[in-house]
Amino acid sequence: MAISFQRIAALVIKELLALLKDKKSRVIIIVPPLLQLMVFGYAATYDLNRVAYAVLNEDRGIHGRALLARLDSSGTFHRVADLTGDSEIEPVINNKEVLAVVRLPSDFSRNLDRGLPADLQVNVDGRNSNSAMVLLGYFNTIVQSFNTQWIAEHGSRGPPARLVVRPWFNPNLMSRWFIIPGIVGLLVLVVTMLVTALSVAREREAGTFDQLLVTPLHPTEILMGKAIPAVLIGLVESAVIMLLIVFWFHVPFRGSVTALYIGMLLFLLSTIGIGLMISSLAVTQQQGLLGAFLFLVPAIVLSGFTTPIANMPVYLQHLTLINPLRYFLIIVRGTFLEGADVRMLWPQYWPMACIGLFCLAAAGILFRRRMH
Amino acid sequence: MAENRPRRVEKHASLMRLRGMLRKEMLQIFRDPSSIAIAFVLPLVLLFLFGYGVSLDAEHVPVALVVETPTAEAVSFAAAFDQSEYFSPVRFDAFPEAEQAMMQGDVDGIVWLRSNFGSALLSSGDAPVGVMINGVDANTARIVSGYTEGVWATWMAKRMEARGLSFEPPVRLQSRVWFNAELRSRNFLIPGLIAVIMTLIGALLTAMVVAREWERGTMEALLVTPVEVHEILLGKLLPYFMLGMGGLVLSVGMAIFLFDVPLRGSFAVLFGGSALFLLAALGMGLTISTVARNQFVAGQIAIIATFLPAFILSGFIFDIHSMPVAVQVLTHLIAARYYVAILQTVFLAGDIWPVVLSNAAVLVLFCLFFFNVARRRTSKRLD
Repeated sequence: MAISFQRIAALVIKELLALLKDKKSRVIIIVPPLLQLMVFGYAATYDLNRVAYAVLNEDRGIHGRALLARLDSSGTFHRVADLTGDSEIEPVINNKEVLAVVRLPSDFSRNLDRGLPADLQVNVDGRNSNSAMVLLGYFNTIVQSFNTQWIAEHGSRGPPARLVVRPWFNPNLMSRWFIIPGIVGLLVLVVTMLVTALSVAREREAGTFDQLLVTPLHPTEILMGKAIPAVLIGLVESAVIMLLIVFWFHVPFRGSVTALYIGMLLFLLSTIGIGLMISSLAVTQQQGLLGAFLFLVPAIVLSGFTTPIANMPVYLQHLTLINPLRYFLIIVRGTFLEGADVRMLWPQYWPMACIGLFCLAAAGILFRRRMH
Repeated sequence: MAENRPRRVEKHASLMRLRGMLRKEMLQIFRDPSSIAIAFVLPLVLLFLFGYGVSLDAEHVPVALVVETPTAEAVSFAAAFDQSEYFSPVRFDAFPEAEQAMMQGDVDGIVWLRSNFGSALLSSGDAPVGVMINGVDANTARIVSGYTEGVWATWMAKRMEARGLSFEPPVRLQSRVWFNAELRSRNFLIPGLIAVIMTLIGALLTAMVVAREWERGTMEALLVTPVEVHEILLGKLLPYFMLGMGGLVLSVGMAIFLFDVPLRGSFAVLFGGSALFLLAALGMGLTISTVARNQFVAGQIAIIATFLPAFILSGFIFDIHSMPVAVQVLTHLIAARYYVAILQTVFLAGDIWPVVLSNAAVLVLFCLFFFNVARRRTSKRLD
């Protein structure tokens, strides 16, 4: 029996109506992704600002005050307490009142005036070791600029070699530029999984699946009728999200739109393939949901969305090769920030195409077997 | 005595009904082993994958070393990168080739020693070294930049020492990182992951169970029995609470023995806080399923409302204090936020009572709120 586009179109319209007419499922498809973009877009950053810190100034000299003024005027640090003794350091850090305590020993200004090295002691809360590391970097930068100025003003000898560090693609090192384009991949993945993974099981539980089976629809047509609405929803949602990223969050888009959309279509193909595969395996909605969850959670965590794949042990890095989100994240970040084009992204395209075709074929086979 | 009797009989009957409910739920759990799998297999697999997969410690970062003229100074500087465990250097003779490698993503940074590096170092004493870093992943870029400075500082100190000189900067930064001196990201990520995983399990265990009873119509059957609403809810809750605590013990064991995360607080505080959080998470699942009354919607709300917020808004990986105020306010609605604070403190810092008690108090409020809502929405009426 030949595949009829008319029948597929009818099924696509029916699926879209079923999804969009029910108020609850309409809300679930539209509202959370936009809400999540806004919330996560602002929340997901490794950069620190308004870091609460306390000062224990035993020095009271002029140079110590100058250095503290630099900290206070940097915009990153926010002094919340002035301590009077060593014994006060422990409680303010332990109770999370401050992230860092800066201590200027009593000989700080005296040593500087005598040309001896002066020590600035910094105690940092390491409960979040990444924040601690970022914070130490900030302290380092401020101390270095203080030193540079001191050397220039006092004519003392500077270091013989110096580093000139220049970050490419993201000159101010804003981690928001890294995370926000990734949210497109995250949200498209979640929405297409929600639309596809439960779709067959829901019809089966409602009994409408039997009705579909007695229609002249071919199994392939039913499968396409389930896949196409998900593609349409994914395309529309991602377009809205990406417009918001460029015009609301002001993340630059430097690459080729064609390259991005080839990636987007392949990504949709692969996630919908996985969703339909779960759907045709699941007998009940609970199983469908569990399957979607069991795929989504590792796919997000092991994609490079928040932590780099390069930091993983080698065998886990191999495991990420079957994760479509991994490839798509490289594509969105490449096209947004690095100005990537189709040629540069070819190594990301073909694995997604393979995953998509494999899963769709598997879904088709499982689907047909379930019908007989 | 006489007027006490009916109450005592009532109490006895209530216990009997509760026991009946518990028996029914237990049988259901054991007949459909999927909940046992959720409680025990899921934390095992997830913690194993994420414990190894989620790390912010960059090591063996590929960098391009461009040495234009191999003078003794340039060669010794480049060699300093070979000795660092943080870098895997790749050599290039000219800058354009290195640039090409960076564009293709083969290297994450370029260290560029121009042809005049050696002579400038000897003559003017001011030799610039160009360092270019791929800034797309800003966090890693910052870490790599810090490592580069470390390599540079060590090399300079050695060079000065060899010549009998010393260079001391006017102000030296002496830093001490508390609770995690070696800055191992796993030590704070694994306790946070336990919170994310327990959120998932708590919601997954209960979100579907009540919705399923409504859909199948067995809820009506339960409602016409003399079982009270709170007995139904308790009967649903207790078995899953026991399952969840089992999963938790497993997770804590893995954190301590497999991932070597130090536990500086006490087990009592750890499990007390965890029990509170698990109750809140199960309560949230119950509330979702009583409000939705439909597995499809309940499942979707559970996915949207649990995993991603617990992952991004709980302070597990992103610092809450750096978020805009509006988002910070929102994080107060995420139960995982309080649990993450308790876990990170108990594991790394110890039983710091002000932190533990204030967060535990909020978790109690969460439990009360969710059970109240779940109870009200499950009125013994049909509409």
